Amino acid sequence: MSLAALKSVIDAISAPTISFTILTVAFPFFFPPTDWFEKIHRKLGFWRLWTKKGGIIGLLLITAFFVLGYFDKNFNITLTKPDNFPIVLLIYSMFFYIWLGMYKAYQNDERLDAGLKPNEYNDPDDKVLVWPDLVYIEFIALILFQVFLIVWSILVAAPIEEPANPAATPNPSKAPWYFLGLQEMLVYFDPWLAGVVFPTMIILGLMAIPYMDINKKGDGYYTFKERRVGIFIFMYGWIVLWLFLIVIGTFFRGPNWNFFGPFEYWDTHKVVALNNVNLSELFWVKLLAKGLPSNILIRESLGFIAVFVYLFVLPVILIKTKLKGTYETYGPTRFVSLMIFGLGMLALPIKMYLRWAINLKYIVAIPEWFFNI
Amino acid sequence: MSENKQAPRAAVGSSTTSPGSDNNDIRRRGFFRWLALGWLAFAAATGGFFIVIIRFLYPNVLFEPPQTFKIGFPDEFSPNSVDTRFKKKHNAWVVRDDESIFALSTTCTHLGCTPNWLLTENKFKCPCHGSGFRITGINFEGPAPRPLERFKIGLLDDGQILVDKTKSYKWEKGEWENKDSFLKV
Repeated sequence: MSLAALKSVIDAISAPTISFTILTVAFPFFFPPTDWFEKIHRKLGFWRLWTKKGGIIGLLLITAFFVLGYFDKNFNITLTKPDNFPIVLLIYSMFFYIWLGMYKAYQNDERLDAGLKPNEYNDPDDKVLVWPDLVYIEFIALILFQVFLIVWSILVAAPIEEPANPAATPNPSKAPWYFLGLQEMLVYFDPWLAGVVFPTMIILGLMAIPYMDINKKGDGYYTFKERRVGIFIFMYGWIVLWLFLIVIGTFFRGPNWNFFGPFEYWDTHKVVALNNVNLSELFWVKLLAKGLPSNILIRESLGFIAVFVYLFVLPVILIKTKLKGTYETYGPTRFVSLMIFGLGMLALPIKMYLRWAINLKYIVAIPEWFFNI
Repeated sequence: MSENKQAPRAAVGSSTTSPGSDNNDIRRRGFFRWLALGWLAFAAATGGFFIVIIRFLYPNVLFEPPQTFKIGFPDEFSPNSVDTRFKKKHNAWVVRDDESIFALSTTCTHLGCTPNWLLTENKFKCPCHGSGFRITGINFEGPAPRPLERFKIGLLDDGQILVDKTKSYKWEKGEWENKDSFLKV
């Protein structure tokens, strides 16, 4: 396959509809949360990613991608932008640390299966002191990182632009890299949700994890098998719904916030059909071939019902069926918080797919009251 | 040592002073007086502080273009075109369609960025989250929940058009029907 063909294949795959789907579908096979996924994970050899060989191949693939990008005239522009350097670091460090954790966890899982203690197990008498053992390591790491930051700031000029002009927004206008996940969420949600409710829920949800996770195993040592569901849920939220959105925002979003493959030329006049409609318009105008009702609440009733069912009926059904055991072990308070944060997290991919599949803009759309869901 | 030990003045269960005796009462009243005075002083200081801060938000001199401005004569605007001359200074686009002239706000209704007018695509497109608006200001793509707002527009006696940004008209409230929101030509 020629290089140009390879590039166009990568461009096509990186369209979010495809790349996000691939990531989501492949995810449980790399972090298997159930026995069924575990079986395929073993059978098809996905587990090899978490071996030394797999880690090296992964790092080489990432490097090959960036080298290919560096010598491509389009990708080179986004890749060598000073703003985007942290994302290159992020992709490497993200992969390396996830790999390291999983590698150690798999080693421990094998040891535990064989009836041995985990690698991190220390004899209670063989103590390591915080001071000086740990603090010294932290101090040295701090100095090294300072050196790195100073060298970086000397070598790469800060990406400062001309004075801000409210009439001329840069195109595309990108948030700082750590906010690109939020900016990507804002494409699918109203600002009060993606800018206020979701960030609050993310922070509260992360704080609530120790209270919701009652699995006592894996305390002080790496393990996957003993906490696979927890790791799967967290990793999906962190890698796919946060880091991947940052990567999309950095490399795949071009002028007019359109999607561009990494090797694609940033054409300001790229035409993308995005004729978005609200659920109320789909229901009343397209389906029933009537005009929109003048009463706002009747107009948006279907959306309100959908949101109500999602937030309040679905958990009750889950308690009665699939998550019966979970509900019994977790108790009502813990289960309800789990549902609030879990459904909030799932709302993002659901809304993304609704937008991609049927161009849905808002489920409940009341611009009159600045209330859109 | 132990015989010199003093009993605390208000020990629990001590019956040396009966609860609610005169002495105790006066002290309590005095305490509340000082407490009230203290709180009043605190409230006055805080209130004054906030009054000054709020006053600070309204500057004596505003170095910004006037809210109402003349944009020229109606025949200076060609049909079905967007005039971007007033974008930088006044944050407004002047649009002329088949039958009217109107002034659109340049603030995106999603999160407040400034969209660009794309002539070839015949639409306004926001660079922040990809919202798109038709030449009329109606939102049709991206996350923008409502159309761009229109400013008050009218003819002066000298035949020029005056745009007044202090009054804006929202489509979702049916205000685009208002005679001041467009200029018949």
